[in-house]
Amino acid sequence: MSFLKIDNLSVNYGMRKETVYAVKNINIDVKKGEILGLVGESGSGKSTLGNAIINLIDEPGRISNGMVILDGINIHEKPGDIFKYRGKKIGLIFQDPQTSLNPLLTIGEQLIETIQTHLKLNIDECKNRAISLLKEVGIKDADNRFDDYPHQFSGGMRQRVVISLALCCEPELLIADEPTTALDVSIQSQILELIKTLTKERNLAVILITHDMGVISETADRVAVMKNGDLVEIGLTKEILTNPKELYTKSLISSVPPTNKKISRFKIVKTKKNEEKGANIKILNRWNKKKIIYGDLIKIKNLKKTFQDGIFTETSKNTIMAVDDVSFNIREGESFGLVGESGSGKSTIAKMVVNLFKPSSGEIFFDNVCVTKIKKNKEMMNFRKQIQMIFQDPYSSLNGRLKVRDIIAEPIKLHNSLITDNDLDNYINDLLESVELSKKSAIRYPHEFSGGQRQRISIARALATQPRLLVCDEPTSALDVSIQAQILNLLKDLQEQLNLTILFISHDLPVVRQMCDKIGVLRNGKLCEVSDTEKLFLEPKHEYSKELLYLMPKIESIYD
Amino acid sequence: MDNQNLSLIERIRDSDVYFSFIKSPTAIISTIILTIIFFCSFFVEFVAPFNPFNPSSLSLMDAFTPPSWSEDGISKFLLGTDGQGRDMLSTILYGSRISLIVGFSAILFSLILGVALGLTAGYFGGKYEMFVMRITDVQLTVPSILMALLVDGIARGLISKESHDEMAIYVLIFAIGISEWPQFARVSRAATLVEKNKDYISASTIIGVSNIKIMFKHILPNILRPILVIGTIGLALAIIAESTLSFLGVGVPPTTPSLGTLIRIGNDFLFSGEWWITFFPAIFLVILAFSINLLGDWMRDTLNPKLN
Amino acid sequence: MLVVAFVSFSLFTFVGDPVHNMVGEETSDQERGEIREALGLNDPIPIQFTRFVRNASEGNFGISYQLRRPVSELISERLPATLELVFISALIALIAGTLLGVYTGINRGSILSDTILAISLLGVSLPTFVIGILFIYLFAVILGVLPSFGRGEVIDFGFWTTGLLTISGLKAIILPSVTLSLFQMTYVIRLVRAEMMEILQTDYIKFARARGISEKSIQYKHALKNGLIPVITIAGINIGTLVAFSIITETVFQWPGMGFLFIQAVKFVDIPIMSAYLVFIAFIFVMINFIVDILYYFIDPRIRVKSGDANG
Repeated sequence: MSFLKIDNLSVNYGMRKETVYAVKNINIDVKKGEILGLVGESGSGKSTLGNAIINLIDEPGRISNGMVILDGINIHEKPGDIFKYRGKKIGLIFQDPQTSLNPLLTIGEQLIETIQTHLKLNIDECKNRAISLLKEVGIKDADNRFDDYPHQFSGGMRQRVVISLALCCEPELLIADEPTTALDVSIQSQILELIKTLTKERNLAVILITHDMGVISETADRVAVMKNGDLVEIGLTKEILTNPKELYTKSLISSVPPTNKKISRFKIVKTKKNEEKGANIKILNRWNKKKIIYGDLIKIKNLKKTFQDGIFTETSKNTIMAVDDVSFNIREGESFGLVGESGSGKSTIAKMVVNLFKPSSGEIFFDNVCVTKIKKNKEMMNFRKQIQMIFQDPYSSLNGRLKVRDIIAEPIKLHNSLITDNDLDNYINDLLESVELSKKSAIRYPHEFSGGQRQRISIARALATQPRLLVCDEPTSALDVSIQAQILNLLKDLQEQLNLTILFISHDLPVVRQMCDKIGVLRNGKLCEVSDTEKLFLEPKHEYSKELLYLMPKIESIYD
Repeated sequence: MDNQNLSLIERIRDSDVYFSFIKSPTAIISTIILTIIFFCSFFVEFVAPFNPFNPSSLSLMDAFTPPSWSEDGISKFLLGTDGQGRDMLSTILYGSRISLIVGFSAILFSLILGVALGLTAGYFGGKYEMFVMRITDVQLTVPSILMALLVDGIARGLISKESHDEMAIYVLIFAIGISEWPQFARVSRAATLVEKNKDYISASTIIGVSNIKIMFKHILPNILRPILVIGTIGLALAIIAESTLSFLGVGVPPTTPSLGTLIRIGNDFLFSGEWWITFFPAIFLVILAFSINLLGDWMRDTLNPKLN
Repeated sequence: MLVVAFVSFSLFTFVGDPVHNMVGEETSDQERGEIREALGLNDPIPIQFTRFVRNASEGNFGISYQLRRPVSELISERLPATLELVFISALIALIAGTLLGVYTGINRGSILSDTILAISLLGVSLPTFVIGILFIYLFAVILGVLPSFGRGEVIDFGFWTTGLLTISGLKAIILPSVTLSLFQMTYVIRLVRAEMMEILQTDYIKFARARGISEKSIQYKHALKNGLIPVITIAGINIGTLVAFSIITETVFQWPGMGFLFIQAVKFVDIPIMSAYLVFIAFIFVMINFIVDILYYFIDPRIRVKSGDANG
């Protein structure tokens, strides 16, 4: 007997030119004590569906047809009735704990208000209930922290407070919208564990919305796959992950980087539209291919970087050690991965390598030249030419006011002022083709492209100076998993054919395993361990590496 | 995505800004009004029925003629005449030209000064930024109208009385311009800080693009929208400031009156019943400022920058 | 504060020759020299400056060139009139502005809030002196119900004179204070509205809705409290701007306050009054900033007081 029945539900947005259907005729059942995973890529309508259940859709969206039946009652029938269900019968958790709590009210005030809205209890009863709830979700010293403001809690603790708020009136259905996406992997596993426990203890029905297949395989009992507002497939987690019936589900699953083995390329399932050819590296004939010396291209010695907190108050100098005594080498042609959680200093190291930040102390050698000591403009330009970088956010890494052609032309002209217009055009075309974009792309503006395509433009721009080292700072973490697979394949092809050296920075262990020959593990600015990739994954030495590997969500866990 | 072959005009037609423009009656109406006012003011010699500054055409006999539709009105003087027999309509049009010239020049002056300082402060940061921002903070504590009054007062002290009248208009432009620049400096600095931290600026740095080129080729075009919005609102403020100063008697001299001067002159006749001498310039000024503000308001909503 | 002191001192020192302004054309050079000596104008600049600061802190700004009376006396005479006017206007602007702002922020698109917004935009476009003139014409000339100039009867406490305790005084303050507050009120309305609209879009409001908290509590408890933070800031600037704009209002209504004094000073290049006025404004601003900082501390738990920030 299903507890929640979503019956033929549709949501549309009346836009300027047309009406967009974000959710199309969805039918889903959820039982009590069960976690239903709702997966899909961005724009699939999974979050909209979650919000539509409690009729909380932003303008101009609206539910155009269908019913939501909870425990046999259509909760959308009378418009005013939904307030009785929100919080009381149905709890909702959002993605970002930083913004989910009102900053000006203590967590106690927010809890008590919510409880009083739904249950007829006096203040003392409310308070007791709230404190016991905080204890239940794992907040230590709950009595004293009751009067704290949200900013006094860490990210993981805040998400626990959010969960306690969602559960404080004992709802029977919990909708969790990407509850761990904003959190580090170690905290993610704790929160997921908490949701699993609560589901069992309170016999909840749970809808877990996520884009992460690993999270699904470790928590969900059943999975519903969505694409462009349609329900593609629904079934037991194990069956969907091991034996998907639909083509889309197959391609989605094959795009997920496996955690247990290294594969040479991601298998891109063919759809009618895009046929995977493998990159046609047109710029190869122009490339000044360096002889492979197999020496160290990058040598980093005792690198330190400190940031001062609060520059404006001279009295208090809080020094934050962002990078603490890090040393490692990268050989020419190698791809080196740096992994760590947020705040581990991995991006700071990348920015020092490309000379965006100056290190506080320590040295960086590029091709045996000390980067930090370059003074002359000419030498600096020579250095700039040889190192390029690809950034995380494809939306901010391109200047929206310039055409793609001008974006790519800028580095070419800067480093080769004698190039003729004709030659420039040819070069730009070759670059675009090398990253699998059409020639027509050159006369368009960045906003006309998707995230994945923008990342390709970024790569083309980086390759324009014919660099020897490519620094990739989380190049795929803002992308959907199927796009990620394509970009990673492209980077692999480029590296192989152009003999690039790559410094690859990521928080995502499975991705690093697929991309890198060697890996350094960072924690709080310190380098814990440097090791060959396969060796690290099979027999990690450092405690922290072991913990990270143990905690990462594994899509393969479903086979166990 | 098949619109890459469209011409510029078609691109504009397809853009959201154009769409929101034709959907907004207030934006269209205010644009039409402004176009008419600008046209009439700048070609005032051809539009105005009289030249009020040509003494030979003036006759004291015509003084204090009420508007043409009232009992004693003459059809020759649509909006009546003032105490010297000058045709109100013509005087207003000539006056609005002065007001517009002062307003535009002042806002251009403060825009260039403010954006240059704000952009460089945001980009280079450090002590220079602190210094520039301190100045804007200090100046913002002094309200702009007071600042303009002070500058004007100082100028009166420095410039001899004889040359003051002919310098008055430049002093006024400088006074208003210098009182408005911190707004531009703050907004352009804030916008520069946002842009500076975006990856495309890092990418340009890594490529080796020079600082000046990054500032003017990459950052400036990206921060133009909020600057344009406060520029429009600032224009209305500058015109109001000009008329306020002139009203207080420290702006342009009565020999070449602006709208504010006209209102001040007319104010003396208010109690004796010659209401039109002050009323029409005031209404004209309000329509002008209101139209600019409506346009600015629409721009703010459409371009939607975070203003602070 | 010191910066402002320095600016007003520079005004004092470098703009125009005070002696030239003080004495008639027929004075001989020798007499002029004696006056210079008596005024201490021949001393080195740093000494003059310390003397200026010392005198200023004791409330001594010298003697008005034009009126030949001590500036401090002139100011203390007129200060109450200006402060009363500014205080009443600030109250009107803040209270009415916040209420209307909250209303328009919550009831977006309703006819009433659209009307309020259109009127507020008109308010920004109306120069203060135009409003003043219109009010005078309407209420004093045509209807004849309210006085158009002066403060009415005042009660003198020696150190303070107030018009708030007599009926004619209260009547007299209505037009100038409403005139003065309108311009600022429109700013407050727009600010509060924008802030409310933005806050109602945030995640924590959405989360509060998802918990079933009533719309009323969301709007008036959750959103309003957050929305008031910028109002405090604007209130500070607001009062300063009101002081400045009181110059215009006082001119229009012939209100015997400091602004009226100041505008006369500008016209006659009466430097001591100008510099004293500047110091006075700066003082008010420092006080306001200080109060605003304290208010922040009580309202926003995220803010820790930073010392040494108050000397603008």
